[in-house]
Amino acid sequence: MAKFTLHVNDAEHQVDVAPGTSLLWVLREHLGLTGTKYGCGIAQCGICTIHLDGSPARACVVQVDAVANGQKIRTIEGLSENREHPVQKAWIAAQAPQCGYCHPGQIMQAVALLETNPNPTREEIKSYMNGVLCRCGTYLRILKAVEMAAESTPKPES
Amino acid sequence: MPNTKNTISRRDFLRTSGEVALFIGVSGLVPQLVSCRDTDKMREQLEKHPVTAWVKLSEDGGITICNPAAEMGQGSMTSLPVVFAEEFDADWSRVSVEFSPQEAEIYGSEGWSPGSKLMMTVGSRTTHSYWPVMRKAGAQARYVLMSSAAAYWEVPIAEVTTSESTVIHEKSGREMGYGELVPHLVMPDPLPEFTEEDFKDPSDFRLIGKVLPRTEIPEKVDGSAQFAIDIRLPGMVYGVLERGNLHGSKPTLTNEAAIREMDGVIKIVHLDYAVGIIAETLEQALQAKKSLQIDWGPSEALGHNSQQVYTAYEEIAGSENRGRVIAETGDVERAFSSAAKVYTADFKNDYVYHSQMEPLNAVVQVAEDLKSAEVWVGSQQGPDTKLGVPGILGIPHEKVKVHLQYLGGGFGRRSMNDFVEECAILAKEVAPKPLKLVWTRKDDVTYGAFRPLSLQRLVASTDRNGNLTGFSHCVVGDGGNLVASGVANDHYDIPNQLAEWREASNGIRLKHWRAVGHGPNKFAIECMLDEIAHAQKTDPVDFRRKLMAKSPRALATLEKAAEISDWNGPVAKGRAKGVAFVEHGSLGTGVCEISLNRDTGQVRVHKFWIALDPGIAVQPDNIKAQMEGGIIMGMSSVLKERITIADGRVEQSNFDTYQLLRMQDIPESIETVIIPSAERPEGVGETATPMVACAIANAFLKLTGKRLRHLPFTPERVLEVLNS
Repeated sequence: MAKFTLHVNDAEHQVDVAPGTSLLWVLREHLGLTGTKYGCGIAQCGICTIHLDGSPARACVVQVDAVANGQKIRTIEGLSENREHPVQKAWIAAQAPQCGYCHPGQIMQAVALLETNPNPTREEIKSYMNGVLCRCGTYLRILKAVEMAAESTPKPES
Repeated sequence: MPNTKNTISRRDFLRTSGEVALFIGVSGLVPQLVSCRDTDKMREQLEKHPVTAWVKLSEDGGITICNPAAEMGQGSMTSLPVVFAEEFDADWSRVSVEFSPQEAEIYGSEGWSPGSKLMMTVGSRTTHSYWPVMRKAGAQARYVLMSSAAAYWEVPIAEVTTSESTVIHEKSGREMGYGELVPHLVMPDPLPEFTEEDFKDPSDFRLIGKVLPRTEIPEKVDGSAQFAIDIRLPGMVYGVLERGNLHGSKPTLTNEAAIREMDGVIKIVHLDYAVGIIAETLEQALQAKKSLQIDWGPSEALGHNSQQVYTAYEEIAGSENRGRVIAETGDVERAFSSAAKVYTADFKNDYVYHSQMEPLNAVVQVAEDLKSAEVWVGSQQGPDTKLGVPGILGIPHEKVKVHLQYLGGGFGRRSMNDFVEECAILAKEVAPKPLKLVWTRKDDVTYGAFRPLSLQRLVASTDRNGNLTGFSHCVVGDGGNLVASGVANDHYDIPNQLAEWREASNGIRLKHWRAVGHGPNKFAIECMLDEIAHAQKTDPVDFRRKLMAKSPRALATLEKAAEISDWNGPVAKGRAKGVAFVEHGSLGTGVCEISLNRDTGQVRVHKFWIALDPGIAVQPDNIKAQMEGGIIMGMSSVLKERITIADGRVEQSNFDTYQLLRMQDIPESIETVIIPSAERPEGVGETATPMVACAIANAFLKLTGKRLRHLPFTPERVLEVLNS
């Protein structure tokens, strides 16, 4: 076992786990941040997507050791206080989730997209979102939600 | 029957203020009102009848309605409360929803036999079977409020009415909100029964049939929606099992001493088909699992090769021995012998895995004296609402409390209790510590319970005028109804029909998979119809129109689907449309438009149109969501998915080897038109999925003149058919 300090959602957390432990288990089982979901463990389904220093990453294949040096970790819990993030609002407006299990990952992936590309084309959205699986088949509504969120996001003056 | 002994007089209603639970709508139970503020009274009442309330009311007008069904994305958290709220005349903006306790005697609805009571979210039956239950409970609750107001105002009940959470006495101009009435509630004695005629006229519906946001969606966008896998309890330990990939094989652990020494390992548990590890943390349990050295024993599945077994199935289909007859009208043999033309075709489908995104898991806490237990689980429930746990622990049914959580997908996999029972077995070993059991994705795939592989042999005959005179459908496969559901043609007028099932067993674990046998069987039936139409140079819609002449509701879906898809209109070069009809609860006709990459064998679905008759559409937007999801899941299974077995062993293990449809492969649009109806609502969750295979294959036939008869339509298979 070893002690690690993690910077998650703007707060410091100490954990005592074996080196090499998956960040997913640390977030979910040690810190109680269960919004990030387990789906495959091999970065194939994308539903454990979080942000590492602003970029989307699959938490299941990130080892705790690699992110304990001040890296900023953002999870779905850290996205907004009251679901007021434009992506969350669009998600509700589009009635996107069915079972909802993959949607924290979908939302984190979509937020990362819009933070780097505020005006994505439909094809860009499909390509960027392609790594996150949804078994209920809500892809059309996810697409719609991302487009709605892009429209509602204030654009920086160009 | 529930406990009907009741020491509280029915006039012993509580005039205390605060939230009130209406204990009503339950046969054999005396209707009760119990203040939720009087916690002792509540507890006393709940102990007598552990669970009885359909609705709780608070003085501020808040309304909490119980949902007795599982929520796995199909929308029960909204559709059932909406039905209650409609009859209750509730202000929907004040409604919140909770899961009901898992007590079928009280919260069940009719299953497959009259008078039965089931809590089981399967077969797309929830909205249909709870329709009368929720209406009656809502109407009774409304009556309690009306009669209480009438008594308070000292006016005849016939003079009072309601509107959106308000009781009104028009004559005197008085009105009271439902919340204001809480301190004045009186349980009417007797509480009248309500029947169909007493319910609201559909033309008066305010909530049913309207587009309402689903109640649980906000929780699903911020990570707060709780699935069983998210449960964390003080002192909780973790369990995992190694089950191998050869179903039915018995393990022998050869390095037990070494495993026991590993960090955090608490216990090793031996099951007939698995080795279990209990550890302090999940990562420690998984680490130990990875280090297990196991010799696997023989199994019935050894020697089974899924891609070669079709030869044996063809022999079974060709045998003189009839299987179990599922449906028969007329005499198909006579029809065939006098036919002008006889058509024969075999259709095949490989094993398919559920791929629910939340791997199986549960949390169980067994009491220190081993005489009671609590279970946290995402389950589609079952005939035993305690999910097999009482049997595992050898304790009475009422000593197990089940806390139902949201399901991260069900699709039929979660109406099997294997994972709950496993969790109870492990939890018993560490009582009173709670134990979370987690299946890894690999466990979930390799020890899956699949939609069976099967073969359909169809024989059809036509007379000199091209009329369909005989239709015989022989299914060969394992699992009875798992392969045989959907073989009957209730909406096609064919004078001589035979549907039969012939058994073939391979020792592979099997389970219902969304739409069950309807997927493979509708694929066979609908493709056969198109093959005949193709041979006759008849339009497939025209061909079906004749067959549906005696089934106006089915025909209406066909006509509407043809209309919205512009069936007879021009199609872009390189594209073609295909049609398919499915009855599964609801009636629906689907049309798809596809194109084909002739170099790669890739089929692309551009558009899908569905015309659906679901009876009364309780939640129209949710019905559309179910059509969209059903089509996309169908496309995934039809174009990509298959489990293969080599010498009994499952060859896939995760989403790298078992590929699902991703966003880049979705159609441009899925358009659903709901046909207005005043009939009782029917299920919508499994109507769309079976349309996909046949609609695509029929479009492919039109586009290429070639027949896709083996699911899934992988690019290699498509190329093989193209080049044949």
